[in-house]
Amino acid sequence: MKHWRYFLPLAVFVAFVGVAAWQLTRPRDDFVHSAMIGKEVPSFDLPTAVGDRPALSTANLKDGKPKLLNIWASWCIPCAAEAPQLARLQEAGATIVGVAIRDRPEDVAAFLDRYGNPYARIGRDDLSKVQLSIGSSGVPETFVVDGNGVIRYQHIGDVRPEDVQLLLSKLEEAKR
Amino acid sequence: MIRKLSAMVFALALLAHLAPLAQPAMAQDDLPPAPYAYRQLDDPAQEAKAQALMETLRCLKCQSQSIADSDASMAGDMRSEVRQRIAAGENPEAIRRWLMDRYGDYVSYKPEVSETTWPLFAGPLILLLIAAAVLWRRLGGKRG
Repeated sequence: MKHWRYFLPLAVFVAFVGVAAWQLTRPRDDFVHSAMIGKEVPSFDLPTAVGDRPALSTANLKDGKPKLLNIWASWCIPCAAEAPQLARLQEAGATIVGVAIRDRPEDVAAFLDRYGNPYARIGRDDLSKVQLSIGSSGVPETFVVDGNGVIRYQHIGDVRPEDVQLLLSKLEEAKR
Repeated sequence: MIRKLSAMVFALALLAHLAPLAQPAMAQDDLPPAPYAYRQLDDPAQEAKAQALMETLRCLKCQSQSIADSDASMAGDMRSEVRQRIAAGENPEAIRRWLMDRYGDYVSYKPEVSETTWPLFAGPLILLLIAAAVLWRRLGGKRG
């Protein structure tokens, strides 16, 4: 009996529909994840973004203490939305350093006056150089960097209340 | 007169409704663009190299556009980075690699055979082989 062969095209079609249906049920992920996880932050030396906070360079990230590296901008709306969560992270003992993307000192100062300032240092990145060098594709993004300057984790988008605990545990992991 | 007035009222009402739409959905920065975002390199040969590379690099903010097509400020910063590296004598493929080391394969539009993409290249070959085998059996078999 060779009749089974006539069903081969149908079987291929059903398999195709099956794969398509399975793919459709999976959640979409439009994020471009950084390929720099597990690698050292490339060296940079940014000028200060705002008067009352010191500048940021690679050396500051290699002082032995894990940190949150927050890529943000005063013109970015989700950055304002994540401000309360950054404040909570700072209260919980996290050291947060910021990189302000394409920003003006007076705009940075106004943003911090309005939404609070959780940053120990803020570097000014007018040409998105640091952003490109660590594989960040937008604002805001938050990287966990360990005491040796190695990137351990990337959070894409604004930090929501439910993300705070995860980031704290990633910081704890980065101590090891 | 009344017709003219009502037309004006209508136009005003339309404007009032459209005005909120005119505001940008997402904020953008207002810093001037990066030095080489919209400026070509002086050397035409170098500019041609940069252009060819930029057309095959994905804009990360507007993911279906290349950085050569996009007006996003981040794409402008990427163009400036590419042009300055080309001007400094860097090889275009080395710049592509530099970006792929940071953003993964997704940042490049150039098709490449890799762990995940090889079936796309092998598939047509296998189908051709199967078709050739079927034809050979049907046609060649009968003759012999």
